[in-house]
Formats: sequence, structure tokens, C-alpha cells
Amino acid sequence: MSKKIISLILCVICIVTLFTGCGEGKTADIYFLNFKPESADAYKEIAEKYEEETGVAVKVVTAAANTYEQTLKSEIAKSSAPTIFQVNGPIGYQSWKDYCLNIENSNFAKLLSDDTLAIRDESGNGIYAVPYVVEGYGIIYNDAIMQKYFKLSDRATAINSADEIKNFDTLKAVVEDMTAHKSELQIDGVFASTSLSSGEDWRWQTHLLNVPLYYELSANDDYADPTIAGLNAKEVAFRYATNYRNLFDLYINNSLTEKGVLGSKSTSDSMAEFALGKVAMVQNGNWAWSQIKDVKGNTVAESDIKFLPLYTGVEGEERQGLCIGTENYLAINKNATAEQQQKSLDFLYWLFSSDTGKDYVTNKLGFVTPFNSFTEQELPSDPLAREVVRYMNDESKQTVPWIFTSFPSDVFKTEVGGALLEYVQGNREWTDVENTVKSMWKSERE
Amino acid sequence: MKNGNKRWFAVFVGPTFIAFCIAFLVPFIMGLYLSFCEFRTVSDAQFVGLQNYIRAFSENSDFLNSLWFTVKFAIASVISINVIAFLLALLLTRGIRGTNLFRTVFFMPNLIGGIVLGYIWQLIINGILYNYGYSITSNATFGYWGLVVLMSWQMIGYMMIIYIAGIQNIPTAILEAARVDGAGPFRTLRSIIIPSVMPSITICLFLTITNSFKLFDQNLALTAGAPSKQTQMVALDIYNTFYGRVGYEGVGQAKAVVFFVLVAVVALLQLYLTRSREVEN
Repeated sequence: MSKKIISLILCVICIVTLFTGCGEGKTADIYFLNFKPESADAYKEIAEKYEEETGVAVKVVTAAANTYEQTLKSEIAKSSAPTIFQVNGPIGYQSWKDYCLNIENSNFAKLLSDDTLAIRDESGNGIYAVPYVVEGYGIIYNDAIMQKYFKLSDRATAINSADEIKNFDTLKAVVEDMTAHKSELQIDGVFASTSLSSGEDWRWQTHLLNVPLYYELSANDDYADPTIAGLNAKEVAFRYATNYRNLFDLYINNSLTEKGVLGSKSTSDSMAEFALGKVAMVQNGNWAWSQIKDVKGNTVAESDIKFLPLYTGVEGEERQGLCIGTENYLAINKNATAEQQQKSLDFLYWLFSSDTGKDYVTNKLGFVTPFNSFTEQELPSDPLAREVVRYMNDESKQTVPWIFTSFPSDVFKTEVGGALLEYVQGNREWTDVENTVKSMWKSERE
Repeated sequence: MKNGNKRWFAVFVGPTFIAFCIAFLVPFIMGLYLSFCEFRTVSDAQFVGLQNYIRAFSENSDFLNSLWFTVKFAIASVISINVIAFLLALLLTRGIRGTNLFRTVFFMPNLIGGIVLGYIWQLIINGILYNYGYSITSNATFGYWGLVVLMSWQMIGYMMIIYIAGIQNIPTAILEAARVDGAGPFRTLRSIIIPSVMPSITICLFLTITNSFKLFDQNLALTAGAPSKQTQMVALDIYNTFYGRVGYEGVGQAKAVVFFVLVAVVALLQLYLTRSREVEN
């Protein structure tokens, strides 16, 4: 008898455990799939605060670095799909356009100070995705180390401060002389590791490649906007390939890391090297502030962190500014219920226009936004964001827009990254990198 | 009694059968159907016929390259795993001191997940290669042997246990008879031990062949296909095709179906060949 009871209990346990996985728990009305891993904690706080104020639950899920498309693809097929998600510019919109709601008449979209920034459909109607942050990147440098260098009596360059670096030749002279004085400057190299491990090469195959292709595309007179020119370009000549190589070679030849091992380095490795004062420069954007700040044993003073534009030796680059733009656009899921859509829009409107929301945006997320609800005082206080704003407002500088949003596909970028890695490791020649850019652009555009 | 069995059949088999349907049968049939479709997410498919299969082979050579790499990997790792596991099993059935300890130690790597193992070995291999100014992605050969070493390290213990069980099942009477008849250690191995453990060899070969072909986590963690997809195995290529680019979901699915058929054929062929050599005690 007791045996029967035991087997019955076992069966019940079997069935119960089988179905517990199906329980969903409380469903939130708003489901925000966040793209930025560095902002994950801030969004958690914001969601709690919003629920406290309004009683509407917000579920925030953050995709791990470089897995957003995968995460979105599997999440959006579920019955409780994200209501707010991100598309990365016009190319990203093309993949997700069947899921983007027209939000032209929402309060949130009306916050945009310049609505030409929004993503519209092919015929230029409606607003399907709204940019929410403006970011800038260039070479971040540690001014304390630079000043130490400019005090050296036996230095080979004539200039007296990093502000005077206005073109590639000066940059190259300074960097190479700094490498020669490494030990006096107490650094291991001038540049942080040129991270080329898989998924960590976006600073070179996307951000750095933006500069030479910007110069090429902006020379196209058929289009006023180089991004539109890029979207329509069937082929690129890669006319400024030498300039691309100039800066890339400078990075790898004056790095603290040997070329052969760059394939195993990640972006966080480079940011840690910079934060610990082992190197003087690193290429990255203002989002990297949280990575620099949070490194244990950080030796870089907030007032010493500055930006230099990405000089590559193009004629007239003395006027070139930082690369400033956005690839972060928010869209509302067309397939969500009308109630969810409205609640999601209300949440975004609250985040970018209420005092509490704006406080989180400037101080926790550290965003410079394109919205008219922010006054000039409401800008992030971190040094890199302030530098971006300074460059934006500097009339003598010409900002380089983010034309990489017009790059044909992620495969294009990955292939270029792979070619760069093989070039660095000496398995392939530089001409292979050039050919990869040209041939992959052509084949991926089709 | 017969009626009783029937009544209990549903209760005992039911839950497992439902789980099997949800987690295996339904996704499998859906996947088969989706390989003939153009789709973004699994819920919005449109039938396009054989187009995905044609694209899988014609658009670029990634699939064939990774297939070739996988075959090379499978050959090396199946040989190394089975030879070493069998030798260890022979050694650890001779009653030497600390046998149980050694068996446990050799088996332990099998308890660690593939991703973790991949990163551990990446650290170890890079730690050595750094001294010479290389890293594991410097050259596809490093990645290839890295994967073989990693796979062997993980699987040898498991296969060893299966071989030990097989060896222990050989009746001592046969071994003694062989010794009395004057057979040396090699003769015993060739004529008694190997034929007697044929069932173990069948199962070990089956496990190592299918696992080598299906390898994914370890590949992703150790090299992620770098440099330039040269160390990308089929499972990783399918994943990258499916998730890496929009509009290629169906192509990834088609590759997965081709891959399934291929692994099934290889595994069944192997089962047929080794089964026919098994002997009854």
C-alpha cells in the first residue's frame, strides 16, 4: 500500500515540476528592452521610481553587450513581447519596420527639438523611431600625463599643450616621442589595447571607419546629407584608406600591448588600462565615463579627462571636431495592445520631461538628449559629456556626423573587424583590409 | 495485472511524453517547416520552397568551410578521446593503489559546463602563447588544437567510465584461460578484451562522434570562430547565420536541417558498423 502512495506522490511531483516553468508571475504593462549594458542599474532604479509614483509596473531587461538583435528577435516572438525597444538607425529600422508603431502624434515624439532626427518611412511620412541620446567619441586622453610630457626638457616636439594638437602629423610626432619617453612618463604605452577579440572590435570597424568614409561620402554632391549618400551608395571607393591606416597603425605601434595578443583584448581591458594610468590615450566615446569611473584603483582625476578629435591626416582637418551623433532610437511595438502602447509612451514622456525623470537622465544615465524639455543647465556633469557639449558648441569645429548608421549590415562590420585582426597579427596585408571594405560594402548592399 | 499496467502506463509515461513533445517533437517539426520559409520571428513565416537550401550553399562558402573544419575536428578528437580513455580504463582496472581517486579526478572535468571550460582553456592557452607574443586567435591552427585539447579533457573521463564498466564485465575465467593458453598481454588485449568491450566501443564512438559534430559552447567561448571564421564549426555557423543577420533566418534553419541529416547518417552508419562486430559472451 505504502509503495503505491509513494509512486503516486512521485507522479504528482513530476507533473507539478513540469508545469511550474509555465508560470509567468505578474505581467508588467511596460516591457523595455534596454540596449545599453552600462545603464542597466540606472534603468532598474528608474523603473522602481516610476512604479512608486504612478503604480504602473515597468519591466526592464538588458541585453548583454552585442547581443541586442538576438535578444530582440527571440523576445519579440513571445506573447509578452517588449513594448519599447531600440533600433540602430535607418538600417536597423529596415529590419524591424513591421514592428514599429507610428508615434508622430505622441507627446514623446513632440519632445524632439529637431524632428528631422527621427526615423520616417520610405516616403518620409510618420515617425517610427525617436533618438534619445546624442553621443560623441574621439581620443580620450589623460591630461596629467600629457602635461608631464610637455614639461620634459628633451622632448622632440615644439608645442606646449595637448590643445595644440590640431592634425595627424602633430599627433603622430607627440605620440611617437611619448613612446620614446615611456619610462619618464611612467606609462606602459601611449595607447590602450586596440581590442580586437570577437564582438569587441566595434571601436575600429565602426567608429574609426566612420571618419574616412565620412570624408568620401560628404564629397558626393548628389546628396546634402552624407548619411543619405551612404544609404544610397552601391559601392565605396574607400578613397581615404591611407588615412584610416594612419591612425590605426599609430594605435597599434604605440600601444602597451604587443600586436600578437590584441585578438584577446576587450574594450573593458582598454578602459581599465586607461583608468589605472598605464596609458595616456584611448579611443572611445562619452559613454565610457562609467567604465573609467568604476574601475577599482582609478588614478585619473576627473578634471584631467579630455577629448581629441580623430585626426587621420585629411587635408583641412584642423577644423574637424568630435564624431557626434546617435544610433540609439526608441520604437514602440506595433503588436502590443493599445493600452500598453499608450502606457509605454507615457513612461517615456515622463522619463524625458518630468523633473524626476530628467534628473535620472542627466545624473544617472548621463545622457545628452535631443529633446527640448532639457535646459542648458540640465546637462550631465561627467567630464566626457561636458567635453562633447563643448565641442558641439564650438563654432570653429566641424562635427563629424555618425554616418556609420548607413553601413550596409552587421556582417560588413564583422568582416572588416576580422580583416583588421588578421592584418594586426601579420597573416594578411593591409590591401586585404581595403579590399574587404570595398567588396563587403558592395555585396552586403545588394 | 495486465490491466493494472495499462492503467499506470499513462501516469508514468504521460508526463515525460508531454515534455518530449513540447521540448523536442514540436520544435523539430516547426524547424523543418521553417527551413522552407522566409521569416523574421518564428511566428510570421512565409513559404518559399527550396530557396533557403540553395542560398545556404551558393551565397558564400562559410557553411562548407565550417563543415570541413568540423569534420577535421571530429576525426582528431574522436581518435584522441577514445584511445586515451581506453588506455586509462585499462590502467585503472588493474587494481593499482588510489584507483577510485584517479577515476574521480579524471571524470570531474565532465561536470563543468562547456562555456566555463572554454574560458578556462582560453586563459590557459593564452597564458602560454602570450610569452611568445601570440594569442589563440593568431592562427587557426592554435584554435583547432585548442578545441581538440579542450574536448578531450572534457570527454575522456566520461568515456573512461564506460570502458571501465565494459572491462570489468569480462569474466575472469576467460582471461585466466587465455593466460593458461600462453597468451601475452597484447594477444589478450587484441583477442579477448577489445572484442568483449565492443558494446562499450559502440556507445563511446557514438557519443564522441555526435558530440564532436554538435560542439557549440566550447567553440563560442574558446575562439568564437576567430580569426576570420576559420575556426567556426557548423553549429556556430548556423547560430551566426540565424541570429547574425536579418533576412537569413530561413537560411540558418536550412543549414540546421542539412546538418541534422548529416549527423544522423554518420551516427547510424557508425552504429551499424560497430554493432556488427559485437560478440555475445
